[in-house]
Amino acid sequence: MRRRPNYLAGFGALIWLFLVGLPLYVMLVATFQTRADYAANGPLSFPERFTLDNYVDDLNTGFAQYFLNTAIVTVCVVGIVLLLVPPLAYAIVRSDGKATGRVFRLFLLGLAIPSQAVIVPVFYLINEAGLYDNLLGVILPTAAFAMPVCALILSGVMRDITPELYEAMTVDGASPGRVFFQLVLPLAKGGLSTVVVFASLQAWNGFLFPLVLTQSSENKVITMGLYDFQTEHGVDIPGLLAAVVLSMLPILLVYLFARRALVQGLMGVGGK
Amino acid sequence: MTTATPAATAVDGAAKTGRPGRRGRPATGVGRPGFAWAAPAAVFFGLFALVPLVLVVVLSFARWNGLGSPEFAGLENWSRLLDDPVMVKSLWLSLLLTVLGVVVQTPISILLGVWAAGRQRNRAVLSAVYFVPLLLSITAVSVLWRAVLDPNFGIPSQARWLFGDGNLLGTQAGALGVLVFVSTWQFTPLHTLIYQGAARAVPEVLYQAAQIDGAGRVRQFFHITLPQLRNTIVTSMILMVVGGLTTFDTILILTQGGPGTDTTNSAYYMYQKAFKSFDFGAASAIALLLVLVATLVSLILVRLTGYDRMRSTMEGV
Repeated sequence: MRRRPNYLAGFGALIWLFLVGLPLYVMLVATFQTRADYAANGPLSFPERFTLDNYVDDLNTGFAQYFLNTAIVTVCVVGIVLLLVPPLAYAIVRSDGKATGRVFRLFLLGLAIPSQAVIVPVFYLINEAGLYDNLLGVILPTAAFAMPVCALILSGVMRDITPELYEAMTVDGASPGRVFFQLVLPLAKGGLSTVVVFASLQAWNGFLFPLVLTQSSENKVITMGLYDFQTEHGVDIPGLLAAVVLSMLPILLVYLFARRALVQGLMGVGGK
Repeated sequence: MTTATPAATAVDGAAKTGRPGRRGRPATGVGRPGFAWAAPAAVFFGLFALVPLVLVVVLSFARWNGLGSPEFAGLENWSRLLDDPVMVKSLWLSLLLTVLGVVVQTPISILLGVWAAGRQRNRAVLSAVYFVPLLLSITAVSVLWRAVLDPNFGIPSQARWLFGDGNLLGTQAGALGVLVFVSTWQFTPLHTLIYQGAARAVPEVLYQAAQIDGAGRVRQFFHITLPQLRNTIVTSMILMVVGGLTTFDTILILTQGGPGTDTTNSAYYMYQKAFKSFDFGAASAIALLLVLVATLVSLILVRLTGYDRMRSTMEGV
């Protein structure tokens, strides 16, 4: 029973496409123009003389370093999340103790705690730990705040593993550890890749923790680089936009490869 | 219940609880992972999210400038905040931005989401494009829009008929409008996607029955789709409320709270108090206030819609 096309909704969707696409177009064409051309021809014009100087300049003024720092932060955050969250989700799904249920409720509560709410105490704790202006000081809270979403996603995936499979292994005398490594992890592969995508997205795009917990330029991450660029050279729009493009390139690459994992992870949030 | 030291890794924990559990515990516990599996994550998360949440309560009753130790100050921060006109204004601005965000984003994302739930090929491609803003950091999005809306070099300079002198961020209405627009631009894809998932889960038979009864598309939308999406609407609104109340990066980059204090919302004011005026006590009080308001609004949303009945089944682990 195919219904006739919904022209009105399709039209609305096209308007939205225009709204999404226009700034992205402005951004891209601006980065391939010289500052003078951009100022003279306006944001909508196509570049007359194609140049990559904006990108080269950005990379020469610190963005290479910011890139590296962000990559370090992202890899470490993903590592911590992958080490801690799968066992947590496993316990949430399979443990019959009351304490685990309470832990899960705490993580659900954690979904609602905005990082700003705790930024002052986190600043205090990181200072006390001697980790101020140190990438580790950014990595630890970022990983902690990535955990609730990841726990939610993974426990959902692990709950979909049928109880019969768990029981079959348990009857054979497998320890929880063996069940985890031989049954749960292999079957939760899809969920694990979703979690990797989410954690890296949060780490790569993080702003508040680096803003408050780092200072020197050798510890800057890419979002801080953008923020500083904006405050210091706000009028160099092509250069600024080139920096924006640089900051999102890796994310777009990840998106191309992991779109399915990302979309499914988000679709589950709605609840049925 | 076995307890584990924070340092114990997941695997060590398994070895500790797994074996005694198999022999010593009643039949239901056989082969099930113990609390130790959850402990490392719980401790780690607790240290950076729950301990700070408690500390924020303590600090809201303390005087602390970032150096030395916090001193107990009683209700000083709270009484100062109540007398602070900027604080009161910032709270109203937070609520205004949140309400505007929900009012603008909800209809757009429901419509787009329901539309995208159809299964033609072009919808999949379009949804993929819609998704891009969500991938960008709030920083990148704010910087991008600031450049696009630049009065001298941006789009307003090309479309004076629409934007007048083009200085959108120079007036309160303009600046608030830009803030709402930019967060709509960035977060509508997320909500669209949530609605898309939920709309696909609506049983097709309902539509078929309605079609046989001769109900048109509009009636189907209001009588089937919307009621079926009720729980999703609550989830999405709660996300919008928490996100709206805590809007910060966008304001820091786009308006710096200005003109004057016309876009200084509570989250931005808290940041200023803490990391510009080094008044960490007052900042903690504002942070606590934000959490309380966000929780309260979420609870009201949940109660109003009867969502809690569903939620309790979700939590029954």
